[in-house]
Amino acid sequence: MAIHTLAVLVENSPGVLARVASLFSRRGYNIDSLAVGPTENPKVSRMTIVLNLEGHALDQVSAQLFKLVNVIGISEMKDVDSLKREILLVKVANKAATKEIAKKHNVSIADETDSTISIEAVGSSTAIEALLTELKPHGIRELVQSGLVAIERGANTLADRTLSTMGTANESESNSSTADYQN
Amino acid sequence: MGKMNGAQSLVNALEAAGVDVMFGIPGGAILPAYDPIFDSKIRHILVRHEQGAGHAATGYAQATGRVGVCIATSGPGATNLVTPLADAQMDSVPIVAITGQVPAPAIGTDAFQEADIRGVTMPVTKHNYLITDPADIPRAIAEAFHIASTGRPGAVLVDIAKDALQKETTFNYPKNISLAGYNPVLVPKQESINDAAALIAQSKKPVLYVGGGVIKANAAKELMQLAEITGAPVVTTLMARGAFPDSHKQHLGMPGMHGTVAAVTALQKADLLITLGARFDDRVTGKLSTFAPNAKIIHADIDPAEIGKNRHADVALIGDLKNILQALAPATKSALAKSQPDLTPWLNETYGWRSKFPLGYDKPSDGSVSPQYVIERIGKISGPDTIFTAGVGQHQMWASQFIGYEKPRTWLNSGGLGTMGYAVPAAMGAKVGAPDTTVWAIDGDGCFQMTNQELVTCALNNIPIKVAVINNESLGMVRQWQTLFYNQRYSNTDLHSKRIPDFKLLAEAMGCVGLRCERPEDVDKTIEAAMAINDRPVVVDFNVHRDAMVWPMVAAGTSNDDITVARSMAPVWDSQEL
Repeated sequence: MAIHTLAVLVENSPGVLARVASLFSRRGYNIDSLAVGPTENPKVSRMTIVLNLEGHALDQVSAQLFKLVNVIGISEMKDVDSLKREILLVKVANKAATKEIAKKHNVSIADETDSTISIEAVGSSTAIEALLTELKPHGIRELVQSGLVAIERGANTLADRTLSTMGTANESESNSSTADYQN
Repeated sequence: MGKMNGAQSLVNALEAAGVDVMFGIPGGAILPAYDPIFDSKIRHILVRHEQGAGHAATGYAQATGRVGVCIATSGPGATNLVTPLADAQMDSVPIVAITGQVPAPAIGTDAFQEADIRGVTMPVTKHNYLITDPADIPRAIAEAFHIASTGRPGAVLVDIAKDALQKETTFNYPKNISLAGYNPVLVPKQESINDAAALIAQSKKPVLYVGGGVIKANAAKELMQLAEITGAPVVTTLMARGAFPDSHKQHLGMPGMHGTVAAVTALQKADLLITLGARFDDRVTGKLSTFAPNAKIIHADIDPAEIGKNRHADVALIGDLKNILQALAPATKSALAKSQPDLTPWLNETYGWRSKFPLGYDKPSDGSVSPQYVIERIGKISGPDTIFTAGVGQHQMWASQFIGYEKPRTWLNSGGLGTMGYAVPAAMGAKVGAPDTTVWAIDGDGCFQMTNQELVTCALNNIPIKVAVINNESLGMVRQWQTLFYNQRYSNTDLHSKRIPDFKLLAEAMGCVGLRCERPEDVDKTIEAAMAINDRPVVVDFNVHRDAMVWPMVAAGTSNDDITVARSMAPVWDSQEL
């Protein structure tokens, strides 16, 4: 099993999240996390999907996703050439210890009461995990985490590759083995 | 363009999409559409159950290559279309379903006859729409026909809220359709074509593994060219029967669970499978890990997601099969001109299996009618121009085995979903699409009892199909499995249908001619009597031996190497063949 991150550009149309969820459910793919949000183009939303898969299954998942009419482009976000971030909000009982850990990890305090302290952190999955491991002994009362979001390093954009001619029929990639699925 | 309501816009859009016939039933939510349908040049055939409308659309599409259309109301009307939608989608048949939906303000309130049919059909359609604004109707219809008929064909549903049908709008049919996320690859890469040709030129034991995609792409002629250039043996899957003539010397028959020994064994022993529009379905491969263990794979398909789904492809050819075959034929010809392996030993071997292990059946010793004989005689007497449809089960397998198919689009069946009850409504749709062609539905007594009500539709609408009920008084294929795998414990497979219902009387009650045949010596003259009736549908109740079984057989989940030609009987191979 291996963790893969897919960036998926989809048409901003009703039902598209249901289509993606339905596909994953029907084909038996496991989603670790899913984040959906708007992009620089109001017609397009972007999903970041983290999957736990075996070997060649990633190609199959990408190919099946790409068959959805509302999916415009797919690219794998590899660790080496992308920025990946998660958001953590966590409410902890031991205020003093938490303040120290927050300082050490350079994360900010978002809220404080007599009995709890809430901190917010943005970071890679490993950084968030490290922070949580340290906080654990100090009485985590409540925590919430976002799905991971990812963007390619450098000047390239996923939209450049997939959307430059959006709305007109264009050259398609045939994709038996490529990681990128684009129209 | 003048003002009109959404319903008129819908009908105009269907006309603009080239629809000449649709199958359906009105109801509350779709009722506004039925008013302009009354005046339209589109022929509307009023069926007796929405499932019949869906399978009729599929049969029409399979027979003609055009998009089949069905129409139903909201709620139960729409949910009754789910089975045919799933069926068409599994077999890559282009159909468009139009459904009425409750008015937009009522959506989500559990209104009368409300069902979230877009949500329900998401996993069983290629795409679907929910339209609440009448201005969106023409575009949705245009896109639906485009999506259903291009790329890998499939089922598309357009659900339209009643108030969108009633509101005023203007009709504006899009000239061009462009979908950001949908641009099927049609032309294969030349370097992949060259790689495939090189593999073919190296192969000493090639097999052309032909699937239904060849028929969908209207590429039978191109397939013949490639087959004759390579000289390789050909197998045609259940969905591809007719893509390559059964009478051709290179044809080994159908592979799979009930395939011929020659076809199954050739795939197992091949060093190269030239896979054309087939998908390595479990019914073909048997236990996947033991399938064609020594073969390299060329996989040609229009759907990139089929490549590597079940079996790794050494060379993938993505595109329309007609284009692929047109490119592959000359490339193969020139590759073979440089080096042509001698296929003689391989052909001798495969043709040897074919002559040593032909399809056959035993005549029942009690003098009753053999079901295989009935089907074989219908094929012979009606001839290769006939369109045959089948339900699902033993009769379907026998119809795939004992009728000789020479032309594409003459064998229509439910291959992927395995939908019992497909035969009668599909035959109805096929006959509407090809009115001058004889259409025989080969049906089982179990299947026939699921959808025979459409014979009323046929009788009233001058759709004179012929139905052969292969009546073994049981759910025959299930009974066969009980015989083989459940110690002959026939739990709930006895239909007691020798006379209840009386299929002859039932046929007559529905306005058809009813015939019955109970003796082997009457088979030919009964078929000929049915052939002579062209003004009405005709149903023949063939009372057949109930213990007949479908052979050969590869039991589910086992290896193709373990094919049996009769009960507990593996083929006896010469020692040098093993």
